[in-house]
Amino acid sequence: MVFFNIVITEKEVRHIASLARIKISEKEEKSLKKDLSSILEYIEKLNKVDTTGVEPLYQTTGLVNSMRPDESRGEFEMNDELDKKLIGQAPHKENRFVKVKSVLSHK
Amino acid sequence: MDMGFTIKDIQAGLAKGHFTSEEIFKTYSDKIKKENKKLNAYLSVFENGQKGHYSASRGCCKLETENSTAMPLWGVPCAIKDNMLIEGTIATAGSKILENYISSYDSTVIKKLKKEGVSFLGKTNLDEFAMGTSTENSAFGPTKNPHDLTRVPGGSSGGSTASVAADLCVFALGSDTGGSVRQPASMCGVVGLKPTYGRVSRHGLIAMASSLDQIGPLTKNVYDAALVLNTISGQDVFDSTTVPKKVPDFTKNLNKDIRELKIGVPKEFFGEGLDKEVQDKIKSTISKLESLGTEIIEITLPNFEYALAVYYIIVPCEVSANLSRFDGIRYGHSSKTAKNLLDTYLESRSEGFGAEPKRRIMLGAYALSSGYYDAYYLKAQKTRALVKKDFDEAFKKVDIIVGPTAPHAAFKLGEKVSDPLSLYLEDIYTVPVNLTGLPGISIPCGNGATSGMPIGFQIIGQSFDEETLLRVSYQLEQALK
Repeated sequence: MVFFNIVITEKEVRHIASLARIKISEKEEKSLKKDLSSILEYIEKLNKVDTTGVEPLYQTTGLVNSMRPDESRGEFEMNDELDKKLIGQAPHKENRFVKVKSVLSHK
Repeated sequence: MDMGFTIKDIQAGLAKGHFTSEEIFKTYSDKIKKENKKLNAYLSVFENGQKGHYSASRGCCKLETENSTAMPLWGVPCAIKDNMLIEGTIATAGSKILENYISSYDSTVIKKLKKEGVSFLGKTNLDEFAMGTSTENSAFGPTKNPHDLTRVPGGSSGGSTASVAADLCVFALGSDTGGSVRQPASMCGVVGLKPTYGRVSRHGLIAMASSLDQIGPLTKNVYDAALVLNTISGQDVFDSTTVPKKVPDFTKNLNKDIRELKIGVPKEFFGEGLDKEVQDKIKSTISKLESLGTEIIEITLPNFEYALAVYYIIVPCEVSANLSRFDGIRYGHSSKTAKNLLDTYLESRSEGFGAEPKRRIMLGAYALSSGYYDAYYLKAQKTRALVKKDFDEAFKKVDIIVGPTAPHAAFKLGEKVSDPLSLYLEDIYTVPVNLTGLPGISIPCGNGATSGMPIGFQIIGQSFDEETLLRVSYQLEQALK
C-alpha cells in the first residue's frame, strides 16, 4: 500500500536539510515547510493511479549497456596546464593540491 | 516585432559581400551593448566570438564567398544558455554557487558549432540550474520579455529566447528538461525545438535531471531550427545516452507533401486551466492544419493528468543527486566562515544555492530517503511508463500530436514568484514530452486576443522522427504567414 505523508513537520524539514547538506535559517524552515507540503499535496494525486504489474520506465532510449572501447577518448592531456585548469578552480588549494578541512577531529 | 536576420539572411549577406563575418559579429555585439540593459538576456558577452568562426576561417578562408552552403552556420552569431560550457569562459548556470566558475572544456554541442564556424556572442540568462518557468529564479536578476518589458520571457531558457526574439543573436541554444525551450519560445514568439532524448549530446551541459535533459535550438523560423539540429545531433562517446542513429539532413524534406498525415488532438489538452485566448488560437491553428489537407483526429491520453506530478518527483530526485557535486571544495563558491568539513558543505551550499534549487534538492532528498523510495520515486517511474504507453497507443493512430505549448501567454514579472506550484503548472503541456523522450516543437501561431502577447503551438513527433515534426511545422509556419 502506498502511503503519502503530505504534511511535513518542521522537524522533518530540518532532517531533510541535514540529509541534503544545506544549512537553513528559521525563516527558510517555515517557508520550506509550506512549499514542500503544498508540492507533496499535489504529488499525492499519484495515489489514484493503479500501477499494479507496471514496469518502471527509467529512461526512454531503449539503449542497454551502452559500451565503448576501453581506450582513451583523448579528451585531455595530463600536464601543468590541466592542473591549473582543474586544481586552479578549487577555492582552497596549496600548490598542486586541493585543501580540505580535517576529516578526523583531534580532541 | 522585427525578427532581424535569419541564418539564411546571414548566408546570403556573406555570400554577396554585404558584410564580413567580423562585421556582422560587431553589429550584433554593439546592439547587445545598447539593448541588453533593459532585457538582461545576456549574462556575459564575448569580444572575439570565442574563436568559433575565427579558428574555422583559418582552415577555409574562402568559404565566405564561395561555399557558404557547405557550412551553413559559418559566421553566424549565436547565443548560448549559460549552463553549457565553452572552454575558458565563465559558466554560471544562473547560480551564485558557480558565479566565478571557468569552463575547463567545450561541451559537445559547442565543439560541433565551432567546427562549423559559428561565432559566439555570449552566454544567456536562465533560471538557476534551469529550474523554473519564468527566468525569475536566476541569481542574476530576471530577463524581460522583449514584447512587453513588464512580462516574463518564460523559462528556463529565457535569456536565449529573449535574445532571439529581440534579434540580439541569429539563433540560440537552450536546454529543455520539462519545457524550458518550448515554453519560453511560446511566450516570446519564436521557434523552440526539443529533439528526441538521445539525439543531442549533453556532454558539457550542467546536469539538472539527467533522464530528461535535452539541448535544443531557439530560432526565428523552422528552417533555421532544422539547420541547427543538423549540426548539433549525433552519437557522442562522452554521452552514453546518445543513440547510434544516422542523422538525416533535416532541411531536405521540409516541403514534402503532408496531405496524407493524420494529426492527433488530445482532448485532455483542452481542459481546465487553459486560457480562452490560447484555446482560440490553438483551435484556429488546428483548422489551418486541416485546411492543408491533413486529417484531424481526436485522441485521448488518459494519464496526462498525472504527468506533472510524476515530473515533480523524478526531477527533484535527480536534482538532489546531480547537485550533490557542489560541495564548496573542488570548485564553485566556498563558505568563508566554515570551521570544519561538515560546515563547509552546509554553509557553502546554503550560501550558494537560491530558493528553488534548495526546494528541489530537499524534495528529492526526502523522496529518496529511507522508507519513501517506493512511494515516490518508484511510483513515479511506473506512472511514467503509463504516460509513455498512452503516447505509444496514440501514435498507432496518428502521425503527429498537436496542442498548446503553455496554458497562457507571458505573465507579469512577480505575478507568480510567491507560489512555486503555480509556476510548475506552466509546464503542464510540455512535461509529458520529456517524460516520454519524444521530440517537440513550439512555433508561433499569432497573438492572444486579450493579452496581445505571442501564443505558441506545440507539435509533438514520434521518437527520432524530427523529420516529420519539422516538415509539419515548416508547412504550417508558411500557411500562417
